[in-house]
Amino acid sequence: MLEPISVSMESLNLGTLAPMLVAIVGALGILVIDLIKKDLDKTLYVMLSVLILFVDLGVVLGQTVGQRGFFDVMLIDGLAILSQIIILAASMLFIPLALTSKRFHEYSYPEFFALFLFMVAGFQFMVASDNLILIFVGLETASLALYTLIALHNREKSFEAAVKYFVMGALAAGFYAMGAMIFYALTGSVELYKIAEVLAADNFANMTILLVGVVFMIASLGFKLSMVPFHTWTPDVYEGASAALAGYMSVVPKIAGFVVAMRVFEFLIHSDVVWVRDILYAAVVITMTLANIIALVQKDVKRMLAFSSISHAGFVMAAIMIGTTQANSALFLYWILFLFTNLGAFAMLWVSRHKASIWHERFDHPYEKFSGMIKIMPVGAVVMALFMLSLAGVPPFSLFWGKLYIMSAAVNSDYIVLALIMAINSAISAYYYLKLIVYMFLKDPAENDGTVYMKNASKPLQTIIGFSVVLTVFAVLAVNPMMEFITSYVQASGF
Amino acid sequence: MDHILSVLVFFPAIAGLLGFVVSKESIRAYGISVAAIEFLLSLWLWFSFDGNYPGMQFVEMLPLIPAFGISYYLGVDGISLFIVVLSTFITLIGLIALSIEKDIKNMIISLLFLEMTMVGVFVSLDAILFYVFWELSLVPMLYIIGAWGGELRIYAAIKFFLYTFAGSLIMLVGMLVMAYLYHQATGVWSFAITEWHRLILPMNYQIWLFIAFFIGLAIKVPMFPFHTWLPYAHGQAPTIGSVILAAVLLKMGTYGLVRLPLPMFPDASVYMIYPVAVLSLIMIIYTAMVAYAQKDMKQVVAYSSISHMGVIVLGTFAMNPEGIAGSVFFMLSHGVVSGALFMLVGVIYDRRHTKLMSEFGGLAKVMPHYATIMGIMVMASVGLPLTMSFVGEFLSLAGFYQISHTMTILAGTSIILGAVYMLSLYKKSFFGEVVHEKNKNLKDLDGKESMALWTLVLITVWLGVYPKPVLEPINTSVESLVSFMHKKAITKEAREVIKPTVIKREAE
Repeated sequence: MLEPISVSMESLNLGTLAPMLVAIVGALGILVIDLIKKDLDKTLYVMLSVLILFVDLGVVLGQTVGQRGFFDVMLIDGLAILSQIIILAASMLFIPLALTSKRFHEYSYPEFFALFLFMVAGFQFMVASDNLILIFVGLETASLALYTLIALHNREKSFEAAVKYFVMGALAAGFYAMGAMIFYALTGSVELYKIAEVLAADNFANMTILLVGVVFMIASLGFKLSMVPFHTWTPDVYEGASAALAGYMSVVPKIAGFVVAMRVFEFLIHSDVVWVRDILYAAVVITMTLANIIALVQKDVKRMLAFSSISHAGFVMAAIMIGTTQANSALFLYWILFLFTNLGAFAMLWVSRHKASIWHERFDHPYEKFSGMIKIMPVGAVVMALFMLSLAGVPPFSLFWGKLYIMSAAVNSDYIVLALIMAINSAISAYYYLKLIVYMFLKDPAENDGTVYMKNASKPLQTIIGFSVVLTVFAVLAVNPMMEFITSYVQASGF
Repeated sequence: MDHILSVLVFFPAIAGLLGFVVSKESIRAYGISVAAIEFLLSLWLWFSFDGNYPGMQFVEMLPLIPAFGISYYLGVDGISLFIVVLSTFITLIGLIALSIEKDIKNMIISLLFLEMTMVGVFVSLDAILFYVFWELSLVPMLYIIGAWGGELRIYAAIKFFLYTFAGSLIMLVGMLVMAYLYHQATGVWSFAITEWHRLILPMNYQIWLFIAFFIGLAIKVPMFPFHTWLPYAHGQAPTIGSVILAAVLLKMGTYGLVRLPLPMFPDASVYMIYPVAVLSLIMIIYTAMVAYAQKDMKQVVAYSSISHMGVIVLGTFAMNPEGIAGSVFFMLSHGVVSGALFMLVGVIYDRRHTKLMSEFGGLAKVMPHYATIMGIMVMASVGLPLTMSFVGEFLSLAGFYQISHTMTILAGTSIILGAVYMLSLYKKSFFGEVVHEKNKNLKDLDGKESMALWTLVLITVWLGVYPKPVLEPINTSVESLVSFMHKKAITKEAREVIKPTVIKREAE
């Protein structure tokens, strides 16, 4: 007979679970409200979600760095807190994008908001653990919710996107399970810190098997982070999802993926005996370059932005590959700046979303749609141009500072060639961002009246876009305090 | 006034923002008044500038990202002072002569933003700040070329943007390496150019960093073989775009050479004199020959402008006070003269909507006033004594004569070749019979055109006859720069080549 295990409540340290519990309880609350009274307006649910996320954020900020809990599977370190802040901030910016002036049917279901909160909880679990199994559970919770959210957009393409994402995600999950299994077989543990200890103790004896495990891990995380060659789902899924959700997908799942990648790969990179660094180096360079080159030939702005966000992800993966504290801090800085700019750019597409396909039978946002926008809607054109210039890395707009820090991290760790590759890639990417600017500013407008661009705009959407613009333009003033904040957290968790 | 530089930088930008409110009918007057105020401010800067002090004046410093050593750090010395005045002056003249009607409001607002970036580049003493303004200047220019240009305008605009952007990203990597080396040496992060000057680097670092900086700057100059964007940009840009591009934007590259790689890497610069000089020579002679083969007046002026930029680079790499001071002075005269030439071509283009020389002939009879100014400016471009270009060209070549006699003589052919293509342009268009019917009733210069052009003529002649008030402050700063480089140089060759004072006067 098994020994009875006695667990005291203190040792569980349930406080570590509090942020996720807030999101989950909030989601259940939304479902309960729907049970009690039907047909409530979406504005109620949007505001409830924002409030729940707000409480969630408060709880996250209240946590102290460096504690474990819940049978030691939860790990609240600097990375966990930092990435949860980013996830929650992005979610709070995203969810008001539901307040469009056009009616989209997904927002009439309260389930949309419940699923959204479940997804946020899933991502939070993913980043706040170094237990391979809990990471897996978090990943799957979040992904399953996300597939449904995409499909809820209820167009033929959305179903296609959701199914595609689901199939690819399932494959990635399979890879993840295989990788975790190999790690477990090698070390007898699913805790990353123990895996690192055991592997270091026998000096990476089973190199071949370890590398197989690493390859599985890279493949599975590669799917989630859309690294080349596992990126093929990304543009189609972004195209099928609503522009707002696509913007969200380009930011939040990725930061969760980055944190997991950092936890999984960092100790291997620093051990210097395995080839992980070389594999990642190749993956980073290919991801940046190839995605950039494919983005050059896109005809649709949304697909272009999809490829560009793949390229940005590659850029940022380089920071993980470099692996110094400066690089890891730069990663978070880059991603925070990217959050505002990219979400802003996708929100601009969302604003111009039209129910009927007016411009192109296949694409919602072909470049032609934006031609001559400066004459029709000067403010909109300038705002969109600002986002594009920022994404291209033109100073002094936000992403330039992110690029500056990552390139500087590369230079400081003697990766000068990598820094040059990054520079050249930025130059390549400038072309496709400029292409949109050229259409907006230098071509004559197609025959339609100006209202068509702003069909979907409402005060809340304009507010969010305005907020993103301010942060994009004045990022330089925020860089120093942000970097201090980030570095303190990253250092606290020993990365 | 302590913050005059900040005022100079941000006044046009704020005025540009406010310009959105001004109504379309009055925007031209608004633009001219703003540019006039800015020009007066820059004159004030000149008059309160102490010409005997070689270092940085009116310094402003405000940390932006202290943890990473990036600050808002401004200052002028004799080298940058006059280029700042040139930028504000050319913007004013360009606005006065502006003949565009279409979307004039957008044009004037872009010009004001462009003015901010131009002044910003020349007064920044922080590398990142320099880079910010350097890159930002591309955006309004992209719009000006792309929106008001000729048929291939979009191609030309994108080519212009991508070339410079790619080059400057390489320079950015160089800057990051430089900051890292500075951090290694001192333990502090700093992007201040004046701090970087004090860093003595080993030779192999110097060469690689020199190349990184040189690529970024050379594309802007534009040095052969990176010059191919410029003929397109000039060919397609509207008159005002060409004027600003030739007069000021190209100077960013040559000014950058004097400010960044030369004092930072004196040994590598000396090591690289010959490769750079060969490129400059190719640029001088080859583009001068290409200029002769052009049928389009504007292309002639564009290629002649590239050719003269070669002399400026050559003078800079003479590494002695004559050469560098001469090249800085030549930057100014090139700004005035090529700006005037582009404006003159614009005048005839506005009337006939063609720039082909074969379409003209005998213009001297129809437009005597115009022909006079064109004649003076053609002479100035050729480098006739008593014009501003002569002083600059002479000093640049005299400086380089101490490095290599043959190369200087070869470069001197630029004057002869310049005479060939410029005079043949003048002959084809202005002398002979009036062949085309359309040319018979052309209007001579109107009030605003002659006002703008006569001002330029006056300056060309004044500074050609009496360059002292400008040349002296330049000389003071350049001499201190050269003796600094001499002190800093680590290799023997560099010490020999960089001579603070070359010819000692007997009386001293």
